[in-house]
Amino acid sequence: MSDNNEKLKQAVAEGLQIAPEKVTDDLTYESIREWDSVAHMALVAAIEERFDLMLDTDDIIAMSSVGTIKQILGKYDVAF
Amino acid sequence: MTSPSDQAVGAPGAGRLLEGRIALVTGATRGIGRATAELFAAHGAHVLLNGRDADRAGQAAEEIGRAYPDATVEPCVFDVGDAESIKLAFTDVHRRHKRLDVLVNNAGVLRDALVGMVSGAMLEEVMRINFTGSFLCAQMAARLMSRRRSGSIVNVSSIIGRYGNPGQAAYASSKAAVLGLTFSLAKELGPEGIRVNAIAPGFIATDMIEAVPQERRDSIQAGIRMGRLGKPEEVAATALFLASDLSAYVTGQVIGVDGGMTV
Repeated sequence: MSDNNEKLKQAVAEGLQIAPEKVTDDLTYESIREWDSVAHMALVAAIEERFDLMLDTDDIIAMSSVGTIKQILGKYDVAF
Repeated sequence: MTSPSDQAVGAPGAGRLLEGRIALVTGATRGIGRATAELFAAHGAHVLLNGRDADRAGQAAEEIGRAYPDATVEPCVFDVGDAESIKLAFTDVHRRHKRLDVLVNNAGVLRDALVGMVSGAMLEEVMRINFTGSFLCAQMAARLMSRRRSGSIVNVSSIIGRYGNPGQAAYASSKAAVLGLTFSLAKELGPEGIRVNAIAPGFIATDMIEAVPQERRDSIQAGIRMGRLGKPEEVAATALFLASDLSAYVTGQVIGVDGGMTV
């Protein structure tokens, strides 16, 4: 499970081009300059790549924070 | 450094323009889609041949596989008019292949009616299959392509979508919408290395035009500078150009394949 936390942290850092230590559950969409709509799609690509899955469009739209992403990934059998 | 486009021009193996690419062609059991799937297979692509009907898609894939024994053609059964069906199909493409290099949005329906006779149901059906289906397939394809920062999306529009035609307001609107999609995606996905172009076929000899009365066909043919109907293979050749690295620097374009109907 902690492995998935680390994987997600790396994916978010890669997708948003930010330092991994900046990635917390409270980090929300558009709360930082780096997490805009363009970066959001890069974030989706990074998450899909690392967890080897394909997200529903509704889930992509609903991914409003790192905490929410964890909840959503639960639907894809990714446990945290 | 050698780029893929350098390799495509004059390099060994350049004769097969889609070698090793995964290409999905919608509406490929007959007509333009079938010809495109066949040409792509001949050029080394791993073709995902879409159709709504499993038997017909399977048969088409088998026939192309027989004609090109070293080709890989597999049926990809889903309904472009059904959003859930599209989602499941692309999830399966991801699961099985992890990538997609080429999407040809070809599936479509032709429904003719004077504007006063276009029912809500007819308009909804034409837009759902011709436009929404293409939109959703492009949306899913772009996500698979952006991971590799490369890919080509080819949307099959129509000369009717560019210039309109009496009795085809619904069809024309759906095909014009496909052009708007093409231009916007070319701009949005260009930075991701994904090219998006459209083909606007003119009057092509397919099953779809069989319903057109002979008198009307003759009158249309009289307006074609080259004096004949187009062949599905001629549209497929343009799709191959747009899908391959021969068009590596081409995006956001509409190529008319119409024998000179518009000049």
